[in-house]
Amino acid sequence: MKPKLGILGAGKLGIVLAQRAVAAGYPVTIASSKPAQSIKLTVSVLAPGATAADSGDVIQQSDVIILALPLSKFRNLDPSLFKNKLVIDAMNYWWEVDGPRDTLIPAHMSSSEAVQAYFKKARVVKALSHMGYHELHDMARPFLKTDRKAIAIAGDNQHNTSEVATIVDDFGFDPLFIGKLAQGKVLEPGQPGFGTALSKNALQHRLENKTQS
Amino acid sequence: MPQNKTYPQFGLDTFGDVPKDESGTLVSHAEAIRTVIDEAVLADTLGIDSIGVGEHHREDYAISSPETVLAGIATKTNQITLASAVTVLSSDDPVRVYERFATLDALSNGRAQVILGRGSFTESFPLFGYDLKDYETLFEEKVALFSELVKEKPITWQGDKTQSLDGADVYPKTESGSLDVAIGVGGSPESVIRTAKYGFKLVLAIIGGAPARFAPYVDLYKQAVKELGTTEYPVGMHSPGLIADSDEEAIKLAWPAFKKMWDRVGRTRGWPPYTREQFDYEVAHGSLYVGSAETVAKKIAAAMKAVGAERFDMVYGGGEVSIAARRKTIELYGSKVIPMVKELLKSNET
Ligand SMILES: NC(=O)c1ccc[n+]([C@@H]2O[C@H](COP(=O)([O-])OP(=O)(O)OC[C@H]3O[C@@H](n4cnc5c(N)ncnc54)[C@H](OP(=O)(O)O)[C@@H]3O)[C@@H](O)[C@H]2O)c1
Repeated sequence: MKPKLGILGAGKLGIVLAQRAVAAGYPVTIASSKPAQSIKLTVSVLAPGATAADSGDVIQQSDVIILALPLSKFRNLDPSLFKNKLVIDAMNYWWEVDGPRDTLIPAHMSSSEAVQAYFKKARVVKALSHMGYHELHDMARPFLKTDRKAIAIAGDNQHNTSEVATIVDDFGFDPLFIGKLAQGKVLEPGQPGFGTALSKNALQHRLENKTQS
Repeated sequence: MPQNKTYPQFGLDTFGDVPKDESGTLVSHAEAIRTVIDEAVLADTLGIDSIGVGEHHREDYAISSPETVLAGIATKTNQITLASAVTVLSSDDPVRVYERFATLDALSNGRAQVILGRGSFTESFPLFGYDLKDYETLFEEKVALFSELVKEKPITWQGDKTQSLDGADVYPKTESGSLDVAIGVGGSPESVIRTAKYGFKLVLAIIGGAPARFAPYVDLYKQAVKELGTTEYPVGMHSPGLIADSDEEAIKLAWPAFKKMWDRVGRTRGWPPYTREQFDYEVAHGSLYVGSAETVAKKIAAAMKAVGAERFDMVYGGGEVSIAARRKTIELYGSKVIPMVKELLKSNET
């Protein structure tokens, strides 16, 4: 049985991830901050098979929760609802949307470390954040293992990261472990891993050389 | 709405990129603006349906005041629709936007079209004293106000981020009774529904990836129109391109220009440098319409069918392309590509 997937954020990224999840056979619910009704039509047309729900229900009913909302909004979520949940942090710090970084994330932390610090009881893994949403759409190879692009995964616990690796694989990408949440920094905007849609080898190479080109 | 042109329609869009002259030097902003006027005149002569000019506030794009440029074009052309691509409504005053476009409509005998959008850049916010924090709410509220203004009746309005109005009337009135209004939408499903809600036309900005990905957005628009009981209009799409005598020539001209342009944008967004692989993917399968007239025509016809679009606007001259190459693109687009696409859409062989 596939775990129940919940997606928070029904925008560009959330919808594409819902499509990938439905295609891979996961039960999927998705929410914005507004009542389910406001995204019902969008979800039924763009990601048929996924269910629009209120965010509280999505959190409660899901085993795995993907954060696909603006980074500046995650503190609007109630951390107590996330106890023991596996949380995939797909958010990026985006200056135009989120305002100055230091108002959100302490300078010494990766954004995913700050997310983990907030959702104390959740099991946070960073993934699905570094590739653009249209590449996540066009480049997924769910049933083929060839000509694949890689999705980097960072997390502090191996059990959690391998659960996420299965999901990434089911979505049609090669999982690439890159270390702990702190290392997730290399996937943030302006860092070598950001904006990449590369094969596993090429991405690994890029991250090892720590350059953007 | 005016503009009883038949579909499919084909237009050109430009952001007023600063081009290179014969010697390879970038021309001045003033010269870049005059270049666009000449190009629009050429497009009009060729029977191209519309010219859309963007609004930017950056060194690399000369046009910050689209209606002024369109007004210049209006007095030198006869049939071409004069559009903005897009008007950044969030950081503008909806009343002034109405007034400027109604004026343009008068100057051009009813050829104005406002394409509203949130724009892909945000530099207009600090420039006009708006807070980026209000990105979403500004657009939402201003579209709502604008949709009241285009009814051309006295309006009473309780503004939060906008002015409040008490039975205010705005002028000039248009001769047709209503401006032609569209919304340019990137990838946001919410924006598609908003467009349907206000009964405006939809133009999809498809600047990367396989165009077929946007077909469900057209379904979403149609279903939303049905649910909300508004009017359905043919959907447009807008994508970048460059046309030359051969595929090789087009790629040779386009690659360095796009590379430089994307890298410039990418630096502010934290993207890695644009790769040849990305460019080749976009040309082969994605949203760059680069090649000979025949290659581009086939690609446009296939994309319009895949998306379900009945209007195609090519963004020409993106990046530091020469004036000569831009004119060549327009000539080939008008004289060869458009007739070929029309044929291809009629037949079923794409
Ligand atoms: N676009 C990409 O290509 C891409 C790729 C990788 C990662 N990302 C990251 O993914 C996140 C979303 O980006 P996007 O491009 O999809 O943005 P978007 O299109 O603006 O969508 C954001 C979504 O989040 C929802 N949202 C806001 N506050 C929420 C809350 N408290 N609870 C639940 N949902 C909430 C919004 O709906 P309401 O405002 O109506 O609630 C909207 O549906 C960002 O962190 C971004 O950096 C984006």
